[in-house]
Amino acid sequence: MAVERLRCRECGTEVPVGPVYVCERCFGPLEVVYDVEALRRLPLRQRIESGPRSMWRYADLMPVAYDPVVDLSPGFTPLVPAPRLGRTLGLRRLYLKNDSVNPTWSFKDRAVEIGAAAARRFGYEVLACASTGNLANSVAAHAARAGMRAFVFVPAGIERSKILASAIYGPTVIEVEGGYDEVNRLCAEIGEEHHWAFLNVNMRPFYSEGGKTLAYEVAEQLGWRAPDDAVIPIASGNLLVKICRGFQELVTLGLLSEAATRIHGAQAEGCAPVATAFRTGTEVRPVRPQTIAHSLAIGTPADGRYAIAAARATGGQIEAVTDEEIVDGMKLLAETEGIFTETAGGVTIATLRKLAAAGAIDAGGTTVAYITGIGLKTQEAVAAALPASVRIRPTLRAFEQAVLTTAAG
Amino acid sequence: MATIRIPTPMRRYTNGERLVTVSADTVAAAIAELDGRFPGLRERLIDGDGQLHRFVTVFVGEQDVRLLGGLATPLEDETEVSIIPAMAGGA
Repeated sequence: MAVERLRCRECGTEVPVGPVYVCERCFGPLEVVYDVEALRRLPLRQRIESGPRSMWRYADLMPVAYDPVVDLSPGFTPLVPAPRLGRTLGLRRLYLKNDSVNPTWSFKDRAVEIGAAAARRFGYEVLACASTGNLANSVAAHAARAGMRAFVFVPAGIERSKILASAIYGPTVIEVEGGYDEVNRLCAEIGEEHHWAFLNVNMRPFYSEGGKTLAYEVAEQLGWRAPDDAVIPIASGNLLVKICRGFQELVTLGLLSEAATRIHGAQAEGCAPVATAFRTGTEVRPVRPQTIAHSLAIGTPADGRYAIAAARATGGQIEAVTDEEIVDGMKLLAETEGIFTETAGGVTIATLRKLAAAGAIDAGGTTVAYITGIGLKTQEAVAAALPASVRIRPTLRAFEQAVLTTAAG
Repeated sequence: MATIRIPTPMRRYTNGERLVTVSADTVAAAIAELDGRFPGLRERLIDGDGQLHRFVTVFVGEQDVRLLGGLATPLEDETEVSIIPAMAGGA
């Protein structure tokens, strides 16, 4: 249902919808305002269950109308039982929300669908973004689909596959000398001067609503139940906040009788401003990122304090893991469940392992780990940690000598 | 003279001006000078504890002042100071 108003999360000031993202009074974040009473009157469950097998089955709960021009049909990705990984970690009912199978192979497609539809609603002809790679891929693809121009800004030196997976769609790719935080700052300034729709700047109130579909889908796929524990990677913290909000809204709307999910956050030690603030009980302080998990390397996380509030309110934890643990996490997931995730997924699995070992997760309950992107985009991270293949002459003798003896040894 | 870039949500306090030059030699002094010319601006930038408001990021040149000397960060001649809403971005 298309929304008509935005409200400041901090001071409650309301403004009509438009391409604005901060409150003029207090600089707090603006959020979309739904007509909850009107939604409660709809037969929501029936409308959802008869909807398309994409995130648009939740169209009633989205802040913009469905726009086929930008639709690549992301979402409704598999919720996979993970018994082998669960046994390894001592968790009885572990599931993986495999969001690496979206149209551009990350969860970002969910946010961009909504943000791009909002951009068209506001009459923009150019899509742009500040990105660590995945968002750029998604913005470039959606712009191509809609016949719009795209400018995507990424830190210089990110994974080659993430550059290529944008370039193929024909946008202008700008590599900025600096990290994500510098890119973000530059984009905020460009957005002041040029009439472009920056998905995660001036479209942010709309764009960020996409993350909530990751809560809706998990609840529906579990038979309209919320999990007991959820583990979510933190970059800006927005995804965690929106998943938490998504479960709560399902209760408000009568689709769930309750949601007592403990919301856990996962960061890399080389960029852990949120985990650090969670542990020390202080405000989130900026850091200079240094980690292989480039897609989570935001040193000044915009939603950091809200992510901490969500974890605290639900009894969750926020933990950080080393680069070595991230690689181990990627390998563990691949070897036990056949899913090749990117470094961010390695952070999630390594954190899940740490939390399970510490007893922070109910071993007998239902746990969901969110796998947000595909491993083929971050091959550099694991290349050195994998064994070389066996190369042989095309003879049975060579095979038996080189392969069977090696395997037997 | 340093130049300060004013973001859109604050331009109604600067009569629509987006570039303002100041002679101050620190970030704190620049904010005081801005407030002298555009009363009310300080309140938008500084919280009750005298710190930068949590939703405001200030850059001196290419650097976030929180990674430099905070409000005491010195301004040199021709330095560009940018005020950016902290809620931008996110992955």
